[in-house]
Amino acid sequence: MAQKSLQRRGNPLANTEKQLEILSRGDFETGVLPTFVKQLKRENQFPLKTQKLEILQINLGYMCNQVCSHCHVDAGPDRKEIMTEATLNQCLEVMQNHAIATVDLTGGAPEMHPKFRWFVEQIRATTSVKDIIVRSNLTILLANQHYADLPHFFAQQRVHVISSLPFYKKTKTDRQRGEGVFDQSITALQRLNAVGYGKEESNLQLDLVYNPSGAFLPGNQLALETEFKKRLYDDFGIVFNQLFTITNLPISRFLEYLIASENYEEYMQTLVEAFNPNAVKNLMCTNTLSVNWQGELFDCDFNQMLGLKIDSENNHIGDYTSEGIAERNIQVSQHCFGCTAGAGSSCQGSIA
Amino acid sequence: MKNSYYQPEDLKKFGDIKNWNEELGNKFFDYYNSVFEEGALSAREKSLIALAVSHVVQCPYCIDAYTKDGLQRGIEKEEMMEAVHAAAAIKSGAALVHGVQMMNRYDKLSM
Repeated sequence: MAQKSLQRRGNPLANTEKQLEILSRGDFETGVLPTFVKQLKRENQFPLKTQKLEILQINLGYMCNQVCSHCHVDAGPDRKEIMTEATLNQCLEVMQNHAIATVDLTGGAPEMHPKFRWFVEQIRATTSVKDIIVRSNLTILLANQHYADLPHFFAQQRVHVISSLPFYKKTKTDRQRGEGVFDQSITALQRLNAVGYGKEESNLQLDLVYNPSGAFLPGNQLALETEFKKRLYDDFGIVFNQLFTITNLPISRFLEYLIASENYEEYMQTLVEAFNPNAVKNLMCTNTLSVNWQGELFDCDFNQMLGLKIDSENNHIGDYTSEGIAERNIQVSQHCFGCTAGAGSSCQGSIA
Repeated sequence: MKNSYYQPEDLKKFGDIKNWNEELGNKFFDYYNSVFEEGALSAREKSLIALAVSHVVQCPYCIDAYTKDGLQRGIEKEEMMEAVHAAAAIKSGAALVHGVQMMNRYDKLSM
């Protein structure tokens, strides 16, 4: 597991242009593999266009208490980028004035933002947003006393918690997310269960995210969910609602891993060969708008990490009502094959 | 020119066997796909059986394919290795049990 972010290590892959260059070269340059644009054209699905906006995904900053080896955000304790209060207010304004069904708070660890609780309370009290998702890495709930009552806060605000847990056993989880992460995640899940999360009789939604611990695609979402539910309940008494399988996209630290382990070419071939045209119409970028810590707009969190802003001159949350935002062509590159492979992939799991 | 009988990229061309006999090729792949569906045995269990058999038939393509398949299904390495040992035990047992034939023959021919 990496100890520091790519940025802190001065790794060339911290540069988004370098990543995009790698994603355009090799088999894509020689024509052995089709580019994503070419593949969409073959399927008569180019250009990819937005549909009705349903999810506003807000990345509160890249600071995190973990340094996971697969992280597409390159998050970590050494990342200091954080959303300002002015930008938080601009996001709130959009939610107050427009019908947005779901707000998805992510990071880094979104809970580490000093205004996190205030922001969640404001969304709940002043907007008509129904579903407030917080993507929690779980270990933050045990990081220090300041976060200990977060399960109660989440329950009080009826937050929908989506947590990463790569596997139901210690070895694989710790290899990907760091030594001790599994035990802490289990304790955190038990605390969330204790306030009602994941229980049938409560309406407190607790979903888990599985992403493969290596250069392979996730298996069948339902089969893995069944296995996770059985193992987590039998071994730890833990319950949860749904398991979302998410494919690792060849970006940032996962790209670093692919290249270092000499799996990059084969992984890209696997993604391209598994292209599923049925996944295209349900891609999350078609109904999501992603906001970064500076208020800039992207089609998804992955494009955000590659610095691919939306295809519009108006590309800031302050421009929300401006032309070119609601209806636009979606920016794509070869990393998009990650979301169209097999059963497809999104922040809400498989899509086809 | 490549100097090995096995080329990893040939695994992806498996479907091409239909090019020279479409009817039989289709029948084979229909059968193959049906075999690995959920049934009295789970698809997960069948994947482990396939991995074990891959070793005793010593098919490098199948070993690659079913190791990856197992990873995707969340099968753990300890399970994979136990499956391989189960197959290896049968294979070595099958060799050793012929020792009885050797012993019978030896005894018959000896004074």
